[in-house]
Amino acid sequence: MAVAAPVVLDVRGLRAYLYTRWGVVRAVDGVSFALREGETLGLVGESGCGKTMTGLSLVRLLPEPAGRIVEGQILLEGEDLVTKSQSEMRHVRGRRISMILQDPQTSLNPVFTIGDQIVEALRLHHGDGERALAVRAEEALRRVKVAAPEQRMRAYPHQMSGGMKQRVVGAIAVAGEPRVLIADEPTTALDVTIQLQYLALLKELQARTRLAMLFITHDFGIVARMCDRVAVMYAGRIVETGPTRTLFRSPRHPYTEALMASVPRMEGSVTRLPSIEGQPPPLHALPAGCRFAPRCAYVDDRCRREYPPIMPVGPAHEAACWRVEPSPSR
Amino acid sequence: MARVEERIDADFAASTAADESALPRPRGDLARMPWVSLVIITVLVLVALMAPLIAPHSPTEQSLPDKLLPPAWEAGGSTKHLLGTDVLGRDVLSRLIYGARVSLIVAAVALLAGGGIGLMVGIVSGYLGGRVDSVLMRVVDATLTFPTILIALLLAVSLGQGLQTIAIAITVLIWARFARVVRGEVLAVKARDFVALARVHGCSHLRIMAVHIVPNVLNTFMVLLTLHIGFVIIVEASLSFLGAGIPPPTPSWGQMVADGRSHIASAWWLSVVPGAAIMLVVLAFNLFGDWLRDWLDPRLRQV
Amino acid sequence: MLEGRAIAEPLIRAENLTKHFPVTRGLLVGRTTGHVKAVDGVSFTIGHQETLGLVGESGCGKTTTSRLLLRLEEPTAGRVLLDGQDVHALRGLELSRYHTRVQAVFQDPWSSLNPRLRIRDTIAEALVVNRRVTRAGKLERVEEVLHQVGLPLSAAARYPHEFSGGQRQRIALASALAAKPELIVLDEPVSALDVSIRAQIMNLLKDLQARQQLSFLLVAHNLATVRYIAHRTAVMYLGRIVEHADTESLYRSPLHPYTKALFAAALPADPDAPRDDMILSGEVPSPIDPPSGCHFHPRCPFAMEQCSRVAPELKAVAAGHVVSCHLY
Repeated sequence: MAVAAPVVLDVRGLRAYLYTRWGVVRAVDGVSFALREGETLGLVGESGCGKTMTGLSLVRLLPEPAGRIVEGQILLEGEDLVTKSQSEMRHVRGRRISMILQDPQTSLNPVFTIGDQIVEALRLHHGDGERALAVRAEEALRRVKVAAPEQRMRAYPHQMSGGMKQRVVGAIAVAGEPRVLIADEPTTALDVTIQLQYLALLKELQARTRLAMLFITHDFGIVARMCDRVAVMYAGRIVETGPTRTLFRSPRHPYTEALMASVPRMEGSVTRLPSIEGQPPPLHALPAGCRFAPRCAYVDDRCRREYPPIMPVGPAHEAACWRVEPSPSR
Repeated sequence: MARVEERIDADFAASTAADESALPRPRGDLARMPWVSLVIITVLVLVALMAPLIAPHSPTEQSLPDKLLPPAWEAGGSTKHLLGTDVLGRDVLSRLIYGARVSLIVAAVALLAGGGIGLMVGIVSGYLGGRVDSVLMRVVDATLTFPTILIALLLAVSLGQGLQTIAIAITVLIWARFARVVRGEVLAVKARDFVALARVHGCSHLRIMAVHIVPNVLNTFMVLLTLHIGFVIIVEASLSFLGAGIPPPTPSWGQMVADGRSHIASAWWLSVVPGAAIMLVVLAFNLFGDWLRDWLDPRLRQV
Repeated sequence: MLEGRAIAEPLIRAENLTKHFPVTRGLLVGRTTGHVKAVDGVSFTIGHQETLGLVGESGCGKTTTSRLLLRLEEPTAGRVLLDGQDVHALRGLELSRYHTRVQAVFQDPWSSLNPRLRIRDTIAEALVVNRRVTRAGKLERVEEVLHQVGLPLSAAARYPHEFSGGQRQRIALASALAAKPELIVLDEPVSALDVSIRAQIMNLLKDLQARQQLSFLLVAHNLATVRYIAHRTAVMYLGRIVEHADTESLYRSPLHPYTKALFAAALPADPDAPRDDMILSGEVPSPIDPPSGCHFHPRCPFAMEQCSRVAPELKAVAAGHVVSCHLY
């Protein structure tokens, strides 16, 4: 790897809770990571682990009034987003940090044309006149490889396929030329061959603009293809972080290990798939001690009593598990 | 084979251990119940049921020397007639109590009939779809475009006054609303996988409608019922007010309001008392219906 | 690999299955302006205790094919034969019997169970509707299948909302098993579940097949999942089967260009895996107006002149391996 690029997004001790009538749901419960320019960090986990809430917290779009960031810092190029007001955030969102969501059906407004929606996004960030904006919009469509952009400008979302809609969503998201892009399962609703096109497109966009990407997914194949580093989340916390190759070759946290083992492979012999018994703990009633303990194959008493701190286990590789031998990280 | 057994047992044991659903249970909702509405509704029902026992006088007994007595707390009133008397000396309180019966009976009958017809039409239309659906929905549209009171008046005039007429008139008015909403719900339920699976299981259409569709639209239906009670009471009152409702001497709240019209300046209690009763009851049912909808909704959408 | 499993006459035979949905316009009368050719001449067999995987992307017709097998749709042409009998011609008692022999599990665990019915009533439905069972017999069978799918007996009296996604799929499976079927159509049975739960269900399916005389039609888009369970796999594109082989030979050497693209798009969970990015151009065309000749030719990197004129036949290229492509 080359010389470390500058850190554009530094998340420290982020806690975001949802206050519901059933109790406090600790969706994000102490999450820290750093994102460098041009780098893609994968945020992996199963449903309910808090990865989507983490993404929403970063752009300050938690569901109100139930959702609140209760602690921590989100430093976007040094500025803490947690302390900003919603009106200040309006200038930050789209311009410096942007987000793509999973469902292309609901990401676009069905009653406006594609052109209108892209222009609206551009208008917020460029002070040009209408005609200049329209030209920019067409250019944005071209950049995301939408064929015949002039006609597409006048099309409505329902006239486009899922893959194309996601490209438009992508175009809108990068219209303001943000430094950080959060992609929350952007290809889950797409066919695999379309997904491949889309991922290649994202990589290209990233290479051109040195965009830092947080890629939220549950698919390890995507992680292997797209991400430079990976953070694994479980029950509101990150349990392991490291370079992609390292995590795949030698995962140190039992959850990471078990999760990877439970994914069926395309090569190799077809042996019985180990599965993880049980279910994740409910986020409003979390146990003391390690949250994976009830399902862990290596659990012992200490795990049940105390939550293990994140410990370095190798170069740029850390895990929160009592079993690991902390080793110096370079 | 033995190893397969072991594997299944191991999975079984593991699943049993993780049996508890991860869903949080909602805390008691008792504090949020619409107590005032429930009290009013309960009182109404009790009063209607026990009218003969609690009414101080007969509602139709005239007593001309006692006519137009104000309520007990006003000058000239007496505790013998707590809410005063009307122009024929009949006790307002007793008439109010018996009038509650009328309101409730009409409401109940009309709602059950109208609601029942609407439910059936909605289910058949939504489930069968196609031509049947098109035709039925056009009939519903037509019914919905007719002006409410006009229809009721026409019916009253042609069929003559009476409890039956009112019940029929109101039924005709409301069935279409139910049909429309129920049909929408049926379409939504029909799209869910368990309906397709019921067909795969070999269920007949009748069984699917009865076991799978109806129970899942009942909640909406019940809420709709509650929300329409107020409407029905007002329609009955309006018809009686217009003279097309329950014939005298049976007291009806609407009629009482009408009768008191000419004395509004001098004997305000004749119109205001029944009017206030109507308002209170309708409000109570509406609030209850709102609460019911909120209470049923998230529970059923529980993921 | 298939010895001991396939008996002479296959359990299910699909012959030239075709399903065209009319596209209508107009308010009351409705003119037919075209047809969605969802399934366009599909043939396959499923043997006893065998799993056939049906893969493809959205619009390929795999779900419609499964619905044709389940009698949820009537074929426009072609037949489905169960033990030699046309399933769409069945009536009365024979139809009842069919319903006990062929069952289904669908994709969405949140939509597959009637929220108003207790689990035991959902599970026993096929049994109750098609056979005479006493209350005791019904409860006994419910307990049996609950045990088979790894759920506690206490689940029987509960309601669906008390269970998680993975548990609901087990319940759905139990209700498919109750009438002792011979074929279960699984339409994306694990794609709505979490990764670690998928393995549980997939293991369960394999175990059930090993213990009972069960065949599966597995409709899925995840190739790794299909590889784990299916003995044979067929790849569909725009209503037609483009390739069909033993799973192992298909995965070892995919022949059809679309199959190759599909495999290339199935990202391996290995950062060092070789990348043969066969990125297809364009979108999946509409099934209302599919391209002429070979449906895949506009996106095919190997397209030749005849591909746009003549639709290729399904040809056997190796033992048990058929492809429909002019390259072979």
